[in-house]
Amino acid sequence: MGSVPFALALVCVAAALFAVGRWLNISYAFFAAYVVVQYIVLGTAWNILGGYTGYVNFGITAFFALGAYSSVVLYKLVPSLPLPIMMVVGGIVAGLVGLGTGYLTLRLRGVFFSIATLALAVVVQTLITNWDFVGGARGAYVLRPRVAPLIGGDYIQYLFLLMLGLCVIALTTARAIEHSALGYGFAAIRDDEGAAEASGVPTLRLKLIATVLSGGFMGMAGAPLPYYVTYLDPSSGFSLNYAVNAIAMPLIGGTSSWLGPVVGAVLVGGLQEYIRVTISSAVNVLVAGVLLVVFVVLAPEGIVGLFRRRRR
Amino acid sequence: MDASLDLLLNAVISGLLLGGFYAAVSIGVAISFGMLDIVNIAHPGFILLGSYVAYFANTVLGMDPILAAVIALPAFYALGALVYQIYYIAFERRQDQSLGGLSFFFGLLFITEVGLVLIFGVDYRLVQARYIGPSLNLGWVELPLRLFVPFLVSMVMVVGLQLFLSRSFLGRAIEAVAQDQLALRLMAANPTRIKRVAFGLSFATAAIAGAILIIIQPVEPSIGREYIGRVFAICVLGGLGSFSGMVIAAVTLGVVESLTATFFGPSWAPAVSFGVLLVTLAVRPSGILGR
Amino acid sequence: MTPLLQISGLGKRFGGFTALQAIDLDVQEGERLGLIGPNGSGKSTLVNCICGTLRHDLGSVRFGGKPLDGLAAHQRTRGGLARSFQLPRPFGTLSLAENLRIPILYAVNARGEGGLAGPAIDARCRDLLAEVGLADKAHRLPRDLTQIEMRKLELARAMAAQPKLLFADEVMAGLSHAEIDEIIALLFRLNGQGVTVIMIEHIMRAVMQFSQRLAVLVAGRKIADGKPADVVRDAEVVRAYLGE
Ligand SMILES: Nc1ncnc2c1ncn2[C@@H]1O[C@H](COP(=O)(O)OP(=O)(O)OP(=O)(O)O)[C@@H](O)[C@H]1O
Ligand SMILES: [Mg+2]
Repeated sequence: MGSVPFALALVCVAAALFAVGRWLNISYAFFAAYVVVQYIVLGTAWNILGGYTGYVNFGITAFFALGAYSSVVLYKLVPSLPLPIMMVVGGIVAGLVGLGTGYLTLRLRGVFFSIATLALAVVVQTLITNWDFVGGARGAYVLRPRVAPLIGGDYIQYLFLLMLGLCVIALTTARAIEHSALGYGFAAIRDDEGAAEASGVPTLRLKLIATVLSGGFMGMAGAPLPYYVTYLDPSSGFSLNYAVNAIAMPLIGGTSSWLGPVVGAVLVGGLQEYIRVTISSAVNVLVAGVLLVVFVVLAPEGIVGLFRRRRR
Repeated sequence: MDASLDLLLNAVISGLLLGGFYAAVSIGVAISFGMLDIVNIAHPGFILLGSYVAYFANTVLGMDPILAAVIALPAFYALGALVYQIYYIAFERRQDQSLGGLSFFFGLLFITEVGLVLIFGVDYRLVQARYIGPSLNLGWVELPLRLFVPFLVSMVMVVGLQLFLSRSFLGRAIEAVAQDQLALRLMAANPTRIKRVAFGLSFATAAIAGAILIIIQPVEPSIGREYIGRVFAICVLGGLGSFSGMVIAAVTLGVVESLTATFFGPSWAPAVSFGVLLVTLAVRPSGILGR
Repeated sequence: MTPLLQISGLGKRFGGFTALQAIDLDVQEGERLGLIGPNGSGKSTLVNCICGTLRHDLGSVRFGGKPLDGLAAHQRTRGGLARSFQLPRPFGTLSLAENLRIPILYAVNARGEGGLAGPAIDARCRDLLAEVGLADKAHRLPRDLTQIEMRKLELARAMAAQPKLLFADEVMAGLSHAEIDEIIALLFRLNGQGVTVIMIEHIMRAVMQFSQRLAVLVAGRKIADGKPADVVRDAEVVRAYLGE
């Protein structure tokens, strides 16, 4: 299947999901589904760098929060700016930060990049905490409109629709990469960077492309967050949960294809929501961490990989 | 004396003491990452585990936190050996250290943090001891014992480990593993066993580092994260695998952070290590003492 | 005519150990050069320095008249250099055919003229694998190969980059008599198409049969360079190989 039919198929699935949601018209369902779809985007974004090229980004919260706080800034400057534009801006800001970090550290062994991204999360949090314009440590309030523009109904429906749209774009991009020269170049880097260079692969440039794409999608996924939570402070915007989920979901689902992050996000996200409602929210955050460790130790190919192997 | 000079001097002194403490926090990573090439980013989480062990022993049993850490050493060593064994089977043997191994330790970091939250909650906890509070007054500088005792403990640990590595047979074997695994295998030693011992040791240092951390400041489960950037900045700046470089780097970072905190405000201090780390990686990835 | 490859005064150190010292070597276009030397004499290191896998410390390397210094390895490959790795370094998660696809996509197609697309790439990968006798394993993963087959894959991947100059670093080690003859024939064919070939090999029969010229490295220095028959009679070379 080419990229265009694939994208159309995704749009149909997304439209069907949205239609079901409209018909049910339960606000809670939209709030819960938004989180799962957001994690599909985050997991896919992480996987473009981590799964395809093998470079582990731990700074998900930095990129995600950069998107979220870009929206806060824009909201304070131009409150009437449409949310899709804020998402694009958040994506650009996060992508540029990815480019800078990558440029400084991607020439070195992969672990140094990973360590730098870990530290990046702390430093971006420090910067935001010290920046009074966006509320500093106290946090910022964002007024969520009551009614959704264009489509009517509750505003959460609009947020969900935007995230669904972003998800379609992210998945289409990821799948297109897999089937393109870029995807083969990424795989060569993941397998053996020196041999990739010797085969003509411009490894630094490809790694930077992956980092920018990955960071950009994370930023875009974070941009609607202020409207979702309506109150954003550094400790919630930079919660380690986002990072653990975004890493755990692709690794649990399987990192070798676009389907992995989707399977991981739906399973883990759904399980977490179930535990949050039935047991407690403290246990629910533990789930992703435990599953992550169990899967990387026992089933490194993830669920998709397990099924592929069985089929062979 | 000039007030700002006084401020500067005290900032430098407390930075030196803080840096000494950072050496204790970093030495575990200097062993695991620097010598064994295992990127144990969960180490700061295990340090917090050490802090809470000290907290528990102190509040429930009334024990001195440092004594509690010493008693906990064997348990930490055993836990470290276990973690290494899993790491070895799951990643090192399969040659999948980067993606799987890094994620494994990230998962452990998260589990430790959330586990501590579930048991102890998110409030700050602290310990009681005679040396928390009073200061040594040396004329125009004050040496708070709360910083000085951890500094001493840290130095004893660093020097002790350095002596162990350079003098004892097992220590030399560990250094040999760090240099060249093949040569060691030819000598009929088992590198996996030696790495397990070394990793156990690196893990055990977390017990001590945790105890002195909670002496220096009250802790809550998520502050471990702040130490990740710091610890790796120190190890990279010091040149991987070199203890003396690591101590110099730790003290340097301590002083720079302390000056930053004094003159720009404490909320900026965490950014220092990231700056140091990025600049080191970009300019001199082999560290200050590297070739 | 300027030589295709001009190496002058090349030096490389690993820490305190001098791996290569003041190497001068010219290779003419279309030539078949044999490069020999005892284990650890620096042959692979020389290849690494020329192809950009390692940075050399002293001297200069010119290829097609242009200096290579400062160019990344992938730029050198695009410029027409290709090498096999002595210890095979296949792309482990890609099938054999996909392994060959990488240099086609990134070296051949990046040159602009005569790029391949779609089915042409698949056909080219199949042909290359057939040339080295791996056609029936096109869809296997490298981990299913023996060490010897991996060497053949290395050679095929280097050939896939369509180089002007090919380094074959011990691709024949462990091969049977008949297989060695096949590979020699293959390298002759390539050379016939205008590819300059530098063969690094311990198997003297192959080197003598293939080379027009022979260069000898011992302990990081070039001690002989000339007609194969003369070089193997050279007193210094004999001493280096057989000891005092
Ligand atoms: N990356 C490296 N770091 C340190 N020393 C190295 C490195 N690569 C090679 N050497 C050393 O440089 C010397 C030359 O090695 P090289 O592989 O070039 O020899 P060679 O002539 O190809 O030998 P062989 O015939 O065994 O392949 C050896 O002593 C080797 O140990
Ligand atoms: Mg060699």
